Amino acid sequence: MTAAAVGAGTGLALDRVALTRHGQPLLALSLEVPPGEVVTVMGPSGVGKSTLLLHLCGLLPPGFRATGRVRLDGRDLDRVAPEVRRVGLLFQDDLLFPHLSVGGNLAFAVPRTVGGRAARRARVEAALADADLAGFADRDPATLSGGQRARVAVMRVLLSEPRLLLLDEPFGRLDAALRARFRAFVFTRARERALPTLLVTHDAADAAAAGGPVVTLVPQSYQT
Amino acid sequence: MGVAPRRWLGVAPALTLVVMLGPVAAGLAGVVLPAFGYLPALGGDRLTLEPWQALAAEPGLWRSIRLSLTVGLATTLVALAAVVLFCAAWHGTRLFRAVERALAPVLAVPHVAAAVGLAFLIAPSGFLVRLMSPWATGFERPPDLLILNDPDGLALMAGLVIKEVPFLLLMVLSALTQTNAARLIAGVRTLGYGRTVGWLKAVLPQIYPQIRLPVFAVLAYGTAVVDTALILGPTTPAPLAVRLFGWAHDPDLALRFQASAAAVLLLGLVAAAIGLWLALERPVAWLGRRWAEGGGRFADDRVVRWVAALPVAGCVVLVGAGILVLGLWSVAGLWRFPAALPDGWTLATWAHQADDLVRPVATSFALSATAAVIALGLAVGCLEHAVARGAGQGGRRSGWDGGGWLVYLPLLVPQVAFLFGVQVLLARVGGDQTWPAVVWGHLVFVVPYVLLALGEPYRAWDARYGQVARGLGAGPMRVLFAVKLPMLLGPLAIAAAVGFAVGIGQYLVTVLIGGGRFATVTTEAVVLAAGGDRRLIGVYAMVQMLLPLVGFTVALALPAWVWRRRRGLGGGGER
Repeated sequence: MTAAAVGAGTGLALDRVALTRHGQPLLALSLEVPPGEVVTVMGPSGVGKSTLLLHLCGLLPPGFRATGRVRLDGRDLDRVAPEVRRVGLLFQDDLLFPHLSVGGNLAFAVPRTVGGRAARRARVEAALADADLAGFADRDPATLSGGQRARVAVMRVLLSEPRLLLLDEPFGRLDAALRARFRAFVFTRARERALPTLLVTHDAADAAAAGGPVVTLVPQSYQT
Repeated sequence: MGVAPRRWLGVAPALTLVVMLGPVAAGLAGVVLPAFGYLPALGGDRLTLEPWQALAAEPGLWRSIRLSLTVGLATTLVALAAVVLFCAAWHGTRLFRAVERALAPVLAVPHVAAAVGLAFLIAPSGFLVRLMSPWATGFERPPDLLILNDPDGLALMAGLVIKEVPFLLLMVLSALTQTNAARLIAGVRTLGYGRTVGWLKAVLPQIYPQIRLPVFAVLAYGTAVVDTALILGPTTPAPLAVRLFGWAHDPDLALRFQASAAAVLLLGLVAAAIGLWLALERPVAWLGRRWAEGGGRFADDRVVRWVAALPVAGCVVLVGAGILVLGLWSVAGLWRFPAALPDGWTLATWAHQADDLVRPVATSFALSATAAVIALGLAVGCLEHAVARGAGQGGRRSGWDGGGWLVYLPLLVPQVAFLFGVQVLLARVGGDQTWPAVVWGHLVFVVPYVLLALGEPYRAWDARYGQVARGLGAGPMRVLFAVKLPMLLGPLAIAAAVGFAVGIGQYLVTVLIGGGRFATVTTEAVVLAAGGDRRLIGVYAMVQMLLPLVGFTVALALPAWVWRRRRGLGGGGER
């Protein structure tokens, strides 16, 4: 069913994507992520996992080069500007904008196509309610607990109506009890929205919880 | 959307290059030909060595040259030694952090105000002699001693050192943040080394390459200084830069040829001073390595450490006390000689000057604020461009991102030499004595300091905020204006205040390019300093010092007020 879904033109497809850093090969892989599925990418530090995610965002840092094709829902992403790709990115740190309120952070993500203050505000309130944070709109993000901030960060990404979700070790900072609940929180919402999701992690428990295929990267220089 | 900002960014470094270095290059070009007699506007239409012969015939020229070199090299050596010793002895202690906090206000004091304050302290009729008279010295009237303007330039060197020490200290602090100094020093101390010697042997070799350009800037400044030298320096003869300045705005236009030759000579002197310093670096480094390999521990360095604290503490105290005395004079009633304090207090001097102060204050403010705002725009453009190109990653710095050598170039060329050339060139096209020309002249010095102040925090900004925002659908311009710049409001305000303070302190630019038409608090203060009315001098020097202080106060208050509800940006108390 995996191949069928991607073949039908939905989900993410990487076709012989290879990254180089200052000309040195970094990683090369092909994979497919159908809607609603979580594919986990594992591998040692420095193998280029995070760089791969940035490449999918269209934000490859200077010094890196990429080849191969990246398709999302059947369309080539190569020449699409990062801000119109609709690729949501979550890091280990919540990276809530410290100068905006919780509601301001969420409103930042609501697409411009949602017109009118009231309609935008309604989206924000609904997202807060979904994250058990109703009434938090006017709070300063710095006054929230780590778990609350992490949930706001997820809702901020989802409000931007992404077509692809990229997770760069998003559970690493949380303690064990919180981590299991937060994982469920993220994966449930990704599945509800039928989002293809790519998870980068060091933690085998993350991969197990994701339930999808696991791709393990090895440094290019060790390969023959 | 993605193309327009990139194109805009590509323009920023080029524009900054033109703004910052254009006048320097043009100015130097503008003195070279007249130095060999070619200046058709003044009837010089053939190449000749006459300007050099005229220059060589000036009485006391060799003394002037020797003075310039001595002042430059000695102030740099003393200031650097004081800063290095202090950091070696006290890095990582409470006293060190206290001095770190006192640094910003001391740095904000303009050279002229600091020099006048020092003069009021150490003059024969100054505060220090008054404090000790007549009970200790027996003086009933000011002693007939040549303390200020002494022929060897000692007062001038002191006036320079008290301002260069805080500058170099700031540079060492910034270098320390990029070095793993704390771990290094811990490692060395476990090997049995004392704090001071351990720092000198292990940390200094890593710090010095990073502060080399600032050291050269100090060297160039001291060799070619004019404003401080007019107040504290010798007059018979004066250092070369001061004499060049005199010839450059002498009503006798024929002196312009000789002034051009002197400008070229001064450029050579600065180059020679830097060359000499470079030549001495290697043997000193070799001796240092031998000393380090010798293995001396000097574990008990308590006495040394207290001695090492004296020069830096002395500078801070001298600048502070000088300002205090300036303030005293500005509100002093009758103040007879041996009395330590005035007989009475009055605001009459301030009241009398209030009307006359409005124009210079307004001119100073407008010039410096305009220059600071333009410089801030250029700096943001340059730094964005550098970040976009990946400069600064892995410790590499391009010429533009706030740490590279290009930024220091305007600070390494003697001001009076190229400004005089600019004046000659502008006079030909009739562009001198205009607002844009004077603002541009200010930018030459304001841009480097704004770039230096903004570079560090700009590079430190977590780029992932931008990546997340792009993923949320924000274009590059929205990321810059809605996320990055608001988050960097604090550093931006400080950088603007630094630019404003540098602008307020400018003397030569205003006089040479403004052709005497622009009276600022700084030009007025220098003019008054030559006279004897201490109350008046006190008022102008206080105003000159207060303007940058107001700038820094606003720079600290504005972000704190805007983000008062945002703990993540420093509002609402400590986290």
